[in-house]
Amino acid sequence: MFSWELLANAVVAGLLLGGFYAAVSLGIGLIFGLLDIANIAQPAFLVAGAYGSFVLNEAWGVDPIVTGVLLTPVFYLIGAGVYRVYYGSFERRGEESLRGLVFFFGLLFIIEVSLSLKYGVDYRLVQAEYIGRSIEVAGVGVAFRLLIPAVIGVAMTAALYLFLGRTFYGRAIMAVSQDQAALRLMGADPVKIKTIAFGIGIAAASLAGALLITITPVVPSSDREYIGRMFAITVLGGMGSIGGTLVAGVILGVSESLMATFFGPSWAPAVSFGILLLVLAVRPAGLFGR
Amino acid sequence: MTWVLIAATTMACVLAGGGAFTARAADPIKIGFGMALTGGLAGNGQGALLAMQIWKDDVNKAGGLLGRPVELVYYDDQTNPSTVPGLYTKLLDVDKVDFVVSGYGTNLIAPAMPLVMERKLLFMGLFGLGNNEKYKYSRYFQISPGGPHPTRSFSEGFFELAAKQNPRPKTVALVGDDAEFPQNALVGAREHVKRLGFQTVYDKTYPPNTVDYTPIARAIKATNADIVFVASYPPGSTGMILAAQEVGLEPKMFGGGMVGLHFTSLLTKLGPKLNGIVDYGFWVPEPTMKFPGIEAFLQKYQPAAVKANVDPLGFYLPPWAYANMQVLGKAIEATKGLDQQKLADYIHANEFDTIVGKVKFGADGEWAKDRTVAIQFQGIKGNDVEQFKHPGRQVVLYPDQYKSGNLIYPYAAARK
Amino acid sequence: MARMGRALLVGGAVIAAGILFASLKLNPYVYFAGYVILQYVVIATAWNILGGYGGYVNFGTPAFFAMGAYTAVFLILSLRPPLFVLIVAGGLVAALLGLGIGYLTLRLRGVFFSIATLALSVVLQTIIVNWEFVGGSRGLSVIRPSEPPFGSYVKFLFAVMVALAVLSVLAARFIEQSWIGRGLAALRDNEEAAECMGVPTLRLKLFATTVSGFLLGVAGAPFPYYVTFIEPNSAFALDYAVNALAMPMIGGTTSWVGPVLGAVLLGSAQQVAIVTISSEMNLFIVGVVLVAFVVLAPEGILGLLRRLRGH
Repeated sequence: MFSWELLANAVVAGLLLGGFYAAVSLGIGLIFGLLDIANIAQPAFLVAGAYGSFVLNEAWGVDPIVTGVLLTPVFYLIGAGVYRVYYGSFERRGEESLRGLVFFFGLLFIIEVSLSLKYGVDYRLVQAEYIGRSIEVAGVGVAFRLLIPAVIGVAMTAALYLFLGRTFYGRAIMAVSQDQAALRLMGADPVKIKTIAFGIGIAAASLAGALLITITPVVPSSDREYIGRMFAITVLGGMGSIGGTLVAGVILGVSESLMATFFGPSWAPAVSFGILLLVLAVRPAGLFGR
Repeated sequence: MTWVLIAATTMACVLAGGGAFTARAADPIKIGFGMALTGGLAGNGQGALLAMQIWKDDVNKAGGLLGRPVELVYYDDQTNPSTVPGLYTKLLDVDKVDFVVSGYGTNLIAPAMPLVMERKLLFMGLFGLGNNEKYKYSRYFQISPGGPHPTRSFSEGFFELAAKQNPRPKTVALVGDDAEFPQNALVGAREHVKRLGFQTVYDKTYPPNTVDYTPIARAIKATNADIVFVASYPPGSTGMILAAQEVGLEPKMFGGGMVGLHFTSLLTKLGPKLNGIVDYGFWVPEPTMKFPGIEAFLQKYQPAAVKANVDPLGFYLPPWAYANMQVLGKAIEATKGLDQQKLADYIHANEFDTIVGKVKFGADGEWAKDRTVAIQFQGIKGNDVEQFKHPGRQVVLYPDQYKSGNLIYPYAAARK
Repeated sequence: MARMGRALLVGGAVIAAGILFASLKLNPYVYFAGYVILQYVVIATAWNILGGYGGYVNFGTPAFFAMGAYTAVFLILSLRPPLFVLIVAGGLVAALLGLGIGYLTLRLRGVFFSIATLALSVVLQTIIVNWEFVGGSRGLSVIRPSEPPFGSYVKFLFAVMVALAVLSVLAARFIEQSWIGRGLAALRDNEEAAECMGVPTLRLKLFATTVSGFLLGVAGAPFPYYVTFIEPNSAFALDYAVNALAMPMIGGTTSWVGPVLGAVLLGSAQQVAIVTISSEMNLFIVGVVLVAFVVLAPEGILGLLRRLRGH
């Protein structure tokens, strides 16, 4: 049963979901898209961020989004630390590919299982005033639970875009992704730049985690649902394009939403990854890739 | 960490029990099983284990079975069916247990069936759906209030109540997770819909990792269904309830087979948002369900659960895990022996008094009569957990035998 | 060729030993645990053909394994052919899958292949979940054939798995010592340079993904008869993905010995852990050991042994 109202609602829900997906993928867009490090553990940091938010929300009733922001420095440091280990063990020796991937996969496991051991497998939620409320805008219902994360997602994308384009360190990151030698010649230390970038990527994941637990309950194994989504969005958007991540996130969100509304949700995940496989086959550089 | 705490608590209970447990040279009766202590079903599995340990302590305090102490030998099956054959072989051939009982849930019971059948063992199952259908094994018994037709009993109360309303609702929307229990519940729901002459206007499933339920809720709202039946696991239950509120989905009757709404974490987090939802139930603290021994059990269980970091209310699975062991224990005492065949015959032929009421088994080991009830959440205020320990929040509406209140209909009226 | 002959003889002897072992009346638990460890020998060896030799990391091992298992289920439900047919069919379907993924990501960098394998697992699991005939999300019980050799079906499966392990190791050894293996090594070290030197990289890639897929499917085909209950979550379990990675990494990726070593060590350790400590710790330890090896001993145990001998 088709109706314009249903379509409008599905599209809007998809757009909001897309904003959230963009937030989720920003970190990997930076780390994989720009630094070319296939950090498979990124979704585990996402879930770890969600749990961090849960802990603070449960203990002191702090709004989940605020907890996300508060935790970003902590995760930045963790990210920087992880990169140092990665660099020392692999990049310096020039053996990234196979071993680096395996390293991150092991890390993913360690994080997921640690969360499971510490917090158990019960679904965790957060409490906030606006969860469960919605507003009507021109006949379309908009849930705050989705709206606020989407807005933050767009804000994060914009912030990262501006950072990369306008600030010294941001441009250094762009430079390091293109030509390390030239960067060195200009007096900047590529390792330091990459550490900063990796740290930012992990911090982004943790903030996205706070958004995640606002939208839906979380368990430690939730990371597995996002491994594919994150990489799908980064590849679809194009490696190295932050704006592309947002566009790809929206495409994924809208297609999942339309699928769920009109054809039944059971095929939604396959559709998302079908898109990924299609992109890889047809235009691996993605929509806005270099 | 958790099992260390459970073991420590058990030890404390045993020591506190005092003189009944004397250090005899008596050979213990060993009961072995796998249990979901990690993985997807661990939330319930850990509670079940705790209940079984409480049973063991109760039995040992009273002198054991046939004068011998009872010992539980268990391993974590990780909610992974492929571990079960190995685990049960170890229990039987290395640990040499006298009896095996099942883990929690259909998927963990199924792989053990060929093994127990090969060795002609008595097998007590816990919350398994249709495990004996293909095998028709005569020494299998299942504890779950689902009765002989479990897929139907989950939703029977829901639809019977709907059919009694005046004016009679006409249209139904069915939706659920793509996963074991919800799919089974939906099969039963469709049978009731057909039998009672309702019209289905929506019948879809969603994948278990769905993030956003608002498109689904919206699609259902667009059908203007009178009744909305949701069969879901916890994320779906939460998601659909929240999404329904956000899109303003207010059918005349809302609920169904929503798992998770009996767990403390969701009861407290969702709180008043649950008011008006009609769900299935197994045991709730209503005056009509005060079976002998249940209160004593909960008094022991609840503090231990808090210590062990397990669901502190313990209404869902733990009483049944305890009752499962009660049946086994009573049968052993009654037949005065450990003969698997004699025990199976005895269990088939008799009715047992357990903390979940009188239990009698049918020919294929399922309960002769089902006892799934339909409850409605009413009068929940705020998010504290204590209110759920008292009657009046999860009111039983069906069957009449356990009815403790009236259905507030339509759904919107309960939300005021 | 004499070396090949000798290897076949050794292989044959091992299979004979396996059959003998299965006919003994040992504690049944040995066969159950042994089956799982042997299964991992096949999985680790299969993974290593593509990952260790070729440098292409497959994160989607569960997809191939499950395809082998579900092909077997499909055939069991429809035709009930003998086990041998199930194994070959499972292997072929998984091989096709490997070929497909290889072809799809043919001209892309290795990392895209890895991402595609991740996506593959999700897509396949969704398809299986929606396929009622093989049980869908509810799963279904599989009844073992009656009158098994050795008196118990699991003993029979054990012997079969010994044979499969030997066959996969022989295949890996053959590849490793042939021009294919040398080509794959060139591919792994520097794909562009290899192409410039005339190595048929594309064909080698496809060969490796197909063979690796075939063996993974072969490992999965007897699974339904082992567990007697198939459902998507356990068939697609992430355990297979992590172990397929960890076992070769720990054992050593450059030779066929590494995966066998890793599978036996890690597999046995896990079987012991399942019946001693809490099992999720087991996974935690695998992760820690994996990371430790990858960081500190990237060439695995074989590499450590080599270094020790060198000093």
